[in-house]
Amino acid sequence: MKDFCKMTLTEAVAGLRAGTFTSVELVRALIEAMEASQSTIHAYVTIDGEGALKAAEEADRRRAAGEDLPLLGVPIAIKDNMNVVGQPCTASSHILEGYTAPYDATVIAKLRAAGAIFLGRTNMDEFALGSTTQTSYFGPTENPVARGCIPGGSSGGSAAAVGGDLALAALGSDTGGSIRQPASHCGIVGVKPTYGRVSRYGIVACASSLDQVGPMTKTVEDAALLMNVISGRDPMDATSLDEPVPDYTQAWVGADAQKPLAGMVLGIPAEYYGEGLDPEVRARIEEAKARAVALGATLKELSLPHTAYGIPTYYICMTAEISANLARFDGVRYGLRVPCDDVIEQYKRTRAEGFGAEVKRRVLLGTFVLSSGYYDAYYNRAQKVRTLIRRDFEAAFAQCDLLLAPVTPEPAWPLGVYQNDPIRNYLSDVLTVGVNLAGCCAIALPAGTTAEGKPVGVQLIGPNFGEMMLFKAAKALELPRA
Amino acid sequence: MAGFDIDRVAHLARLDLTAEERELFGSQLETIVAYVERISQLDVEGLPATLHGHSVNNIFRADVPVEGLPTEVATANAPERIEDEIRMPRVVE
Repeated sequence: MKDFCKMTLTEAVAGLRAGTFTSVELVRALIEAMEASQSTIHAYVTIDGEGALKAAEEADRRRAAGEDLPLLGVPIAIKDNMNVVGQPCTASSHILEGYTAPYDATVIAKLRAAGAIFLGRTNMDEFALGSTTQTSYFGPTENPVARGCIPGGSSGGSAAAVGGDLALAALGSDTGGSIRQPASHCGIVGVKPTYGRVSRYGIVACASSLDQVGPMTKTVEDAALLMNVISGRDPMDATSLDEPVPDYTQAWVGADAQKPLAGMVLGIPAEYYGEGLDPEVRARIEEAKARAVALGATLKELSLPHTAYGIPTYYICMTAEISANLARFDGVRYGLRVPCDDVIEQYKRTRAEGFGAEVKRRVLLGTFVLSSGYYDAYYNRAQKVRTLIRRDFEAAFAQCDLLLAPVTPEPAWPLGVYQNDPIRNYLSDVLTVGVNLAGCCAIALPAGTTAEGKPVGVQLIGPNFGEMMLFKAAKALELPRA
Repeated sequence: MAGFDIDRVAHLARLDLTAEERELFGSQLETIVAYVERISQLDVEGLPATLHGHSVNNIFRADVPVEGLPTEVATANAPERIEDEIRMPRVVE
């Protein structure tokens, strides 16, 4: 039998269903691997071995009693910004150290209802602000494939856990690329669903108009399976939409065996293939394009003319929302408090001690762009530029079914580099933020490696609620797993 | 570009900054503001704003009471409590 840790989600579900092994055996093997890797990879902020084993015993009992659910007894790793009742939820911040979640986020409740087990909370950039996982208060995570390098971020712990065989699958959240970019750097699949596809209730809010939760998995099929469970309208999140949830694992069923992409037009946005693109990344993307053509797709060169305005627009909209969302961390209802007789001083000291440097930087920028005298020039204007960016995507999807592009301009870089150069880090999001600003969906999947063995990902971008098409194309383009 | 007044912004953000942070963030944020300033190159006259990822607004639910978190659960994470209330410094003179 295959090593438990190397299994895909789909294989684990099948094995449990067939009675080949138990949930307890599966969970025990994973916990052992997770704990052994904490001093090196450090994918997790906390591991709940005892709780997970208890849940696994219960799942095995339920299965023995004849119950069957889509994920019964299947462990899923969860990013540390999603509330799981009774577990810590710190968003990798000192200000939330010691906080215990009083309720389940909707995505967690849905996974729980499907039988899933929550065995650990994955490391992340503090409050999801970063693209390297180095801003975590609890220390960085190392890329399990490109050793010595960043795993990407902000969902770097989830990506490292899945890419390093320390989880079967994980959930991440994507505000400007935080699922797709680490998935690309760690050689796994990551989906940023359409805004409104998945509930945000119970997620520590980063930028509410951009955030979406999505799966991070070893295969396209595993991602589709998780999307089936977490998608759908939630009365607790007014921005979640009442669109039907198809069976995403059927997306590729019935496709032609030789030419599964026949009739599909893939747009190639010129601006995503600019000068800053690493030559090895470019080479892997060109190979993916050639595979798509061989599988029956037609390529169409087109333009997303406002791409260059994506990063400035994103960093205005996102930091404005951050500054408002993080105002709740004031030492009153939960989290750290630095006591003081004066209430304003107490807020200031609590936040000074509780937030890390990148959080402070972004809160300051967001406060500035929203402040009296500057609001119109920055925040209001950025929201209008956001309209131009959204229209770019709408015009593109009038000419093609999906867009095909790199995920990141370069492969994973060494840990510790560029840490005091915020703009350098912000620019690495240039190929992912447009999707969040426009609200559409995208998937990152492995496209091979550099000569050094660093993973390179390819991104497919779809129109709103175009996930079925995304999964169909991704399944066809997926490379065989090593 | 308009001047970036780090002290004013830090006060609005309710953040105490050390002298080093004041200097570091002050210069970094001036560079970042100068960079995001490039959106001023675009003509946005008459364009609607995009506020979030889709254009659905005004979602209502029935106005009926629902079970919330019990008080003791809701206040369990508070740094300082007196029974089921959260204690804070005096805010009125």
